[in-house]
Amino acid sequence: MNGSLHLWLIPLLPFAGFLINGILGRRLPKTIVTAIALLAPLASFGVVLNAVFSPVDKPYVETFGHWINAGTLNVDFSFVFDQLSLVMLLVVTGVGFLIHIYSAGYMAHEDGYARYFSYLNLFMFFMTVLVLAGNALLMFVGWEGVGLASYLLIGFWFQKTSAADAGKKAFVVNRIGDFGFLIGMFLLLANFGSLSFSVIAAELAVKPAWTGGILTAIALCLLVGATGKSAQLPLYVWLPDAMEGPTPVSALIHAATMVTAGVYMIARTHFLFDRSPFALTTVAIVGAATALFAATIALVQTDIKRVLAYSTVSQLGYMFLGCGVAAYSAAIFHLMTHAFFKALLFLAAGSVIHGLGGEQDLRKMGGLRKSMPVTFWTMTVAVFAIAGFPPLAAFFSKDAILSAAFLSGGSGKIFWFVGLFTALLTSFYMFRLWYLAFMGDSRSHDIHAHESPWSMLGPLVLLALLSIGGGWIGMERFAAYLAPAVGARSLESSNILDWTLSGLAVAAALIGLLIADRLYRARPESASQLAKSMSGPYNLLAHKYWVDEIYGVVIVKPLMLVSKFILEWIVDIGILSGLVWTLGGIATLVGAILQRWQSGNMRSYAAWLAAGAAALLLLVLVPWSAVLANVGIHLNMAGH
Amino acid sequence: MIPLSWYLLLSAALFCLGVIGFLIKRNLITVFMSIELMLNGVNLSFVTFAHQWHLVKGQIFVFFVMVVAAAEAAVGLAIIIAVFRARSTLAVDRIDLMKL
Repeated sequence: MNGSLHLWLIPLLPFAGFLINGILGRRLPKTIVTAIALLAPLASFGVVLNAVFSPVDKPYVETFGHWINAGTLNVDFSFVFDQLSLVMLLVVTGVGFLIHIYSAGYMAHEDGYARYFSYLNLFMFFMTVLVLAGNALLMFVGWEGVGLASYLLIGFWFQKTSAADAGKKAFVVNRIGDFGFLIGMFLLLANFGSLSFSVIAAELAVKPAWTGGILTAIALCLLVGATGKSAQLPLYVWLPDAMEGPTPVSALIHAATMVTAGVYMIARTHFLFDRSPFALTTVAIVGAATALFAATIALVQTDIKRVLAYSTVSQLGYMFLGCGVAAYSAAIFHLMTHAFFKALLFLAAGSVIHGLGGEQDLRKMGGLRKSMPVTFWTMTVAVFAIAGFPPLAAFFSKDAILSAAFLSGGSGKIFWFVGLFTALLTSFYMFRLWYLAFMGDSRSHDIHAHESPWSMLGPLVLLALLSIGGGWIGMERFAAYLAPAVGARSLESSNILDWTLSGLAVAAALIGLLIADRLYRARPESASQLAKSMSGPYNLLAHKYWVDEIYGVVIVKPLMLVSKFILEWIVDIGILSGLVWTLGGIATLVGAILQRWQSGNMRSYAAWLAAGAAALLLLVLVPWSAVLANVGIHLNMAGH
Repeated sequence: MIPLSWYLLLSAALFCLGVIGFLIKRNLITVFMSIELMLNGVNLSFVTFAHQWHLVKGQIFVFFVMVVAAAEAAVGLAIIIAVFRARSTLAVDRIDLMKL
């Protein structure tokens, strides 16, 4: 350990918070629980800031010792601090800390307050391990750990069956992705003999001609892992259900940080994807398809959190699209701005839900701009940001991805068009939410909205500022900064083209805004008329393309049948139980027979004893003499 | 000189009487006396062999048996009294609490 940055503190401080609150939390007063829970990520954020401002050469590596030393397999506990992990750490600990503050207000009246914060700190621990990991295995530890924390927090209200089920669903679907990640790691190990990112990158660097083939296989396996964690097609189904968890959890885990782990992982292993055009194209297709697909579903959802959930899936699709056209820095840029505005959206939605006493149905909201002004204004910032209006953050990042797609050649223009159309849809469904929740008059008279406490509004305001200014660093500078970590690809472009593309993106956002304005403000009744006149497509979207049902029939049902008939009835009941019951039956039968000896009658015991002694005696004596008379002779002889 | 086998036969007869008494008698005290009879039957054969081979070990062994038998008699009688107090009977067949 030679570190002056003390990177190990970054994950371990939240872990300490987890241990203290997890073990002692129920006995500690609430203020102390809150203090511990908030100080841990704040201190981590401080360590990150210290690392940011310390003049070390990047990548800076801290190794804490060997983990696995088995033959040729060597895995260290090592943390890597470079431009990529720096950006990610700032997002995770910074936004994470804000959401911790918000949670203190949001969860104030909930049971299991300490349990909630211990899980949240546990998540911070695993997420920072994931980000800092210098090799794939350590990353996998964080990867699984955030899955665990996500599972625990989705099912935080485990008394509710739907929440417990949603947690299970998230875990199981993630396992499918993790399987891909594992296979990818095995392939890496078999072909590179190492899991360290730097070793693999170095080995690839000395073999510039090595492309495709096994690298494609590895990249695709890692992509499967990424689609699971980042909720991309076809494994996105868990994320909308994950909204069963508390809203700050949705903001932190299922919008800002954990779900972006897949994007981060692709950026971290970009040297593999760069060598496989096929894998890259697959990433782009998955991203573009997911972006469009999820955006269409979001158009008609009526649960405020579900709209945001599908929006998250869609925005993650953008990031994948960015990765897929090798614009990793653009993807990370969007990851960062998305963390700001999507966390803000979720937290503002949480504030709305909090103010309405748990109401999540958009159709019952309305007119909240008067009763919740701070929430309204911060939400407005977030909505304009996600729609892509300049000069808000997402304008820059989304524009960067779209122009990178446009310039990437080949099928890039198709991706660009899909992205542009998705931007229109995004703008529409976000303004739909905005109009439904905040504009017009209240559509429900038995709910009296109240503004949330400042512990919740403070983070909203800060995130709103970040959502406004987060993109001002500019794509060129950001890309140049990240270049040492993720590489840079120079694309032929011109000012006119750039301006045109940006103009088109803004136009798409404007069109979305205008449509939403017409449907939900100018003529509020026209939306339902439109839905009726197009009931076919509307139902398709409202039922989310029946994907859950299709998965249920195609995958879950057959698995259930196999489990029921083959595994349960034949293997379990037939073979395993059969064997055990047979053995047990034999023992019972023998016992039933032998039981008769244990009559409790002392004299019968004594009789058996005597009979046994007699039998022993006979056994000993029989070889000696054939006749009883001989005993006398024998003894006589001994007498002389 | 009386042959050795006679002593041994007497010893075996005493032992067998003890065994039979132990098996067929119901009264706990009689059973107890039968045990003493068995012990003394064995003692007789010890003494016989000790005398035969002029070895003192057998005699010493007899003393040991006597000491143990005396101790056992003390403990056994105490148990018998306790059993009688608890159950108001000395019939062996009815002292079967150990059976489930």
